[in-house]
Amino acid sequence: MINALGRPQHVLLLGGTSDIARAAARAWARESEGLRVTLAARPGGGRDAAVAELEALGARVAVLDFDAEDTAGHPELVRRAAAERDVDVAVVAFGVLGDEEQAWQDHDSAVEHARVNYVGAVSVGVPLAELVRRQGHGVIVALSSVAGERARRSNFVYGSTKAGMDAFYVGLGLALRGTGAHVVVVRPGHVRTKMTAGRADAPLATDPEVVAAAIVDGVARRRDIVWVPGAMRGVMSAIRHLPRPVFRRLPL
Amino acid sequence: MSDDDRLLTGWGGTAPSRARAVTACVHDVADAVTAAGPRGIIARGLGRSYGDPAQNAGGDVLAPLPSRIDLDEGTGIVRASAGTSLHELIRAALPRGWFVPVTPGTRYVTLGGAIAADVHGKNHHRDGGFGAHVRELRLVTADGSERTVSPEQDAELFWATVGGMGLTGVITEATVAMMPVESSLVRVHTRRIDDLATLMTAMREADRAATYSVAWIDTLARGRHLGRSVLTTGEHATATEARAAGRSGAGVPREPLRVVPPRVPGGLVNRASIRAFNELWFRRAPRDRRGELQGIGQFFHPLDGIADWNRLYGSAGFVQYQLVLPDRSEDVLPVVLERVAERGHPSFLSVLKRLGDEGPGLLSFPLRGWTLAMDLPAGRDLEPLLRELDELVLSAGGRHYLAKDARMSAHTFDAGYPRAAAFRRVRDRVDPDRVFCSDLARRLEL
Repeated sequence: MINALGRPQHVLLLGGTSDIARAAARAWARESEGLRVTLAARPGGGRDAAVAELEALGARVAVLDFDAEDTAGHPELVRRAAAERDVDVAVVAFGVLGDEEQAWQDHDSAVEHARVNYVGAVSVGVPLAELVRRQGHGVIVALSSVAGERARRSNFVYGSTKAGMDAFYVGLGLALRGTGAHVVVVRPGHVRTKMTAGRADAPLATDPEVVAAAIVDGVARRRDIVWVPGAMRGVMSAIRHLPRPVFRRLPL
Repeated sequence: MSDDDRLLTGWGGTAPSRARAVTACVHDVADAVTAAGPRGIIARGLGRSYGDPAQNAGGDVLAPLPSRIDLDEGTGIVRASAGTSLHELIRAALPRGWFVPVTPGTRYVTLGGAIAADVHGKNHHRDGGFGAHVRELRLVTADGSERTVSPEQDAELFWATVGGMGLTGVITEATVAMMPVESSLVRVHTRRIDDLATLMTAMREADRAATYSVAWIDTLARGRHLGRSVLTTGEHATATEARAAGRSGAGVPREPLRVVPPRVPGGLVNRASIRAFNELWFRRAPRDRRGELQGIGQFFHPLDGIADWNRLYGSAGFVQYQLVLPDRSEDVLPVVLERVAERGHPSFLSVLKRLGDEGPGLLSFPLRGWTLAMDLPAGRDLEPLLRELDELVLSAGGRHYLAKDARMSAHTFDAGYPRAAAFRRVRDRVDPDRVFCSDLARRLEL
C-alpha cells in the first residue's frame, strides 16, 4: 500500500534501466525501508547494475524480462508483477530517442519510435489500468516529455510519439477517477541521461534526480500533471501559442 | 444486503482507496463474510480511525450494524450492537446513572471500533483500556460462524480481537460493564504550566490523585517554554455537588454544530494559524482554577462540538502521530518535542497523557508511560521527520497507535509490537485465508 504521505511499498518500473526510473526508485528506496521493486527491462548488464544499485539501498528487487515491442506479452507481464503483492506505483519509463534527422527519413527508425514510445506505452497502459482498478488503489506514472506539447522541427518524430502517449495517459487519468487509482503524467524538459548523451543541453536542462524528486512529490500529492522543471509549463505554454509564421522561423 | 462502490479514507483524509460498501443487518453478517471476494472484507465503524484500518482497497467494507442498547440499570451491564456509538450509549445510560468505563477524545466511535482499537481514555492509568471492561463479545469469524468469546471463553481469540483492528472477525455485539456516576458533571482542575519538567511532575502526581488527566501541549513553544501546556484533571461530580451548583446533573451531550463546509481550501491550517491558535488556547486557560463543573461533552470531547473539523485541513489531509514512551525512557519525550519544534512542523492541540500497565490485548497500544499525540498537516517534508521519530520511539522501547497510524512501515510495526507474531498465529487459526483484510493489514503485512 501507499502510505498517508505517499510512500509506496512496491514499485514496478517498466523500462527499469531508464536513468529517470532508476533515480525515482532510489528516491523511494531511501524513504521506504524494505521497498520492493520489480524491474521490468531487457536482461543484461544495464538491468544487473540497476538491481545492484537498488539492493545496496536496502530495496528488495525482482526482475522481469520486458520488451516494449512485444505487446502480446504485456498483459501477462503486468499480471506477474502483481502476483505476489499489490503494485502501489507503476512507472512507464521506457522510450527511444534516435537521431531525429534519420528518424523522419528512415522508415525503420520512424516505426521503432512509434512502436516503442506510443504503441508500447498504450499496450502496458491498458493492463496497468485494469490492475489498479481491481486493486482499488495504485498510481501509474507516465514519463511523457515537453516534446509532445507542440511538434517542433528538430524532434517531431519523438515529439509525436510523446504527444500520443501523453494524450493516452491524461485520458486514462480521467477514466480512472473515482476508482481509487491515479495517473500522474510527468513532462520533463531536456534531462541529462544516457538517452540524451552527446547532445547539447537545451535551456532549462535538468538531471534525473530532479525529475525523480518531482515524481516522488507528484505521487505523494496526487498531482495529475508534473512539469520538470516547473518553469517548463510557462515556456511550453508560450511556445504552444506562438503564431505559426513566428514559430516556423525559430530554431526549435 | 445492498452495496455500492465508494472511495474511503480515514479521519485524516489521506490515501483514499475504493471498496464495495456492504450494508448488512445482524443476521446476514455471516453471509457478507462468506460472500467476500479475493480481496476480503473489513468492518468499518464511524470512520474515526485516522489512517487506513477501515479501508479495504478492491474488497468489501461492512457498514456499522444498526444501534441497539440493552442496559441493566441495576448492575450497569450493557449489551449493545457493535454499531452502537458511544454517543448513543452515553445518551441512553447517563440519565440512568451509568457512564462508559473508558471514552476516547471523541464519542463518535462505535462500540465495535472501540474494542477493535482497544481505545484508551484520560483514565487509562487507573482503569485500563476499553477492552478491560468488556465481559464478552459476539464475533463472526471467517468460516461464517458466530461465536461468543470472553476472557474465560477462548481467551486467546478474545485478546486478539481486543485491539485486533477487525482482523479476527466482525464483532456484532458486546457486553460491557459500565461505570456508576452520580451526575453528568465533572469537577475539573485546570492549570497552565510553563515547561515540560513541571508538567511531567504534575502528571505523575495526577496518576495517584486523579481519575482523569490530560495535557494540551503547545508544540511550537521552544527553549525554556518547551512543554508549555494546559493540564486538566477531573473527577465525576457527586449528586450533592451538582445540586449545590444548581444543576440537575442529568444533562446528556448535545449534537455537534454543523459549521464546516464540505470543501475547505488547503493551507488554512498552517504555521501562522496554528501559532495563533496555540497562543490563544494557552492564554484563555485559567492559571489555576479548581472545582469548575463541566459537562461530559466539554470535558471529554471538546472537538465533538464541531462536526467534520478534520475537513479544515483541506484536501491534502493530515496525519495524527501518536506514540508511547515507557517510563524508563521518558527522557526521550523532550527530544521528540524539540525535534518537532526545530523542524517547524506545526501541530495544534497536541495531547500528552499518562498510560497505565500494558493490557493483555495482543496488539493493544498502551504501555506504562507517556503518550503524545500530534496532528500534523500532510506536507512535503513530514515523512523524513516522522521516520526519524519512529527510530527514536523504537529505540526507547515505545510504539505507535494503530488507530492513528497511517504511514509506519511493517518493520516499525513489528519492532514496536513484539506480540504481533502471537497475533498472526491466532489469525492462522481462525482466518488462515485472510478473509479479513484492510489497507492497514496490507501495509503492515499482518
